[in-house]
Amino acid sequence: MHPAPSVILFTVLSGLGFGYLAFLGAGLVSASGWAAFALWFLGYALAVGGLLASAFHLGNPQRALRAFSQWRSSWLSREAWASVATLAVLAPVALSDWFGFAWPRAWGVAGAALCLATVFTTSMIYAQMKTVPRWNHWITPLMFQSFALAGGAILAGSRLWAAVLLAGLGGVLAAQWRIGDGRFAAVGATIGSATGLGTIGAVQVFEQPHTGPNYLMREMIHIVGRKHAQKLRVIAFGLLVMAPLAMVLALPPGPLTVALAAAPHLIGALAARWLFFAEAEHVVGLYYGQRGAT
Amino acid sequence: MTCLPVKTDKKLGLVIDLDTCVGCQACVTACKGWNDQGYGAPLSDQAPYGAEPSGTFLNRVHSYEVTPADSPAQIINFPRSCLHCDDAPCVTVCPTGASYKRAEDGIVLVNEDACIGCGLCAWACPYGAREMDAAAGVMKKCTLCVDRIYNETLPEADREPACVRTCPIGARHFGDFADPESNVSRLARNRGGIALMPEMGTAPVNRYLPPRRKDVLAASPLAPLLDVSATGLAGWLDRMLGKI
Repeated sequence: MHPAPSVILFTVLSGLGFGYLAFLGAGLVSASGWAAFALWFLGYALAVGGLLASAFHLGNPQRALRAFSQWRSSWLSREAWASVATLAVLAPVALSDWFGFAWPRAWGVAGAALCLATVFTTSMIYAQMKTVPRWNHWITPLMFQSFALAGGAILAGSRLWAAVLLAGLGGVLAAQWRIGDGRFAAVGATIGSATGLGTIGAVQVFEQPHTGPNYLMREMIHIVGRKHAQKLRVIAFGLLVMAPLAMVLALPPGPLTVALAAAPHLIGALAARWLFFAEAEHVVGLYYGQRGAT
Repeated sequence: MTCLPVKTDKKLGLVIDLDTCVGCQACVTACKGWNDQGYGAPLSDQAPYGAEPSGTFLNRVHSYEVTPADSPAQIINFPRSCLHCDDAPCVTVCPTGASYKRAEDGIVLVNEDACIGCGLCAWACPYGAREMDAAAGVMKKCTLCVDRIYNETLPEADREPACVRTCPIGARHFGDFADPESNVSRLARNRGGIALMPEMGTAPVNRYLPPRRKDVLAASPLAPLLDVSATGLAGWLDRMLGKI
């Protein structure tokens, strides 16, 4: 799949933002006054910034409000509702932390649960795609939750939570790569089964239907990214998990540690998300004889 | 509304005969021509006369080389377009309700005025039936020429999809699969019509007729002509030279 920068930024930033807002909502970060304002501002900026980035890949963003209409069937529509509901529910909690009136913490805990629900709706947009076997697996929602929670814990400055959740993220991401690598073969679709011609004999492309690339090939048959996938995985894993883990464990807790751990984590998350798209193969590639190219 | 209808009164769709299709691309051209000017945003081209032309098409014809175990390879042309699935995943993923399946005839359509161009429906389709138009920013797909098939200003013979109307081979057939005695139902039944990628759970309506098995000649009818035995001087030379 084409790794569109807007979608990578959207999923990484809003995932991180909602993960962090979950920690703030649950009251696992204690701050008041302008310090609280700064913390909440960061969370809202990440979540909203990510959502705005998502609008940049739309062909007609001026109609984006229509995306709220189909929550009965569409995960993308549910995501729109979940994110707006989460940001609205958490607003009084943020104001309460900022101005020091005692809004019940249970409200914030509910907001934290909504944060995770929002991340779940995002993950289901990908996990529902039967056409992309690598994504169509329960590990995909688990991976998105792990990203949100580990990133949120880093920003929350909690040494224990960050260490545990980063380790968890490392395990889930490794599992997602391992499971994902076998998914296309596990689904079993081939050029022979896709065309129905495999019952006659061995099928190969004789001539492509068009001489230049089209929307399908640009969007769904992205093969450039797979070339350096293994190296990128190592780099992404090091930046995403190992570097922040070392920072969190070695340095005393504080804003500087948060920044030093969050910076490599964010870059690693972008790299890992790039791979999430670039490595994913769509079954339409079978018709073009273009899957499995490395 | 992007929830699918429980049942459609008709199931309009195509039968595509892989046995007779010669890969002339006439259906591709006819489709592009008709949908350049009628229903919805025209199918645009980007740099059509430039170094890297690209454009939106609703129908593409692939060519495959298929090699049976016991006979020479054969070329099979393979038109690929929307299959108007009963369980169309492109419809249910749509966040805006732009993508829908009609309860009356089963045609899957896009309301372009509501399409935000997110591209999710194209991801959800296993067949690559949807292409985003780069000029209009909305999703384009086969409409089964909905503006032809019910169009009473056209002569009756023209009230079928442009690809079907133009096919010089008669390799494309249009009809109602809900009627077991329609032309398409009978063709699919008699010729063992197949659904593409049934494992995707899309329940496609269109059917592809697999190529008939080709005859394999035991020996060439020209073989006796090759058995030439020379006589006279040439025969003597043949025998002498053969001994050297």
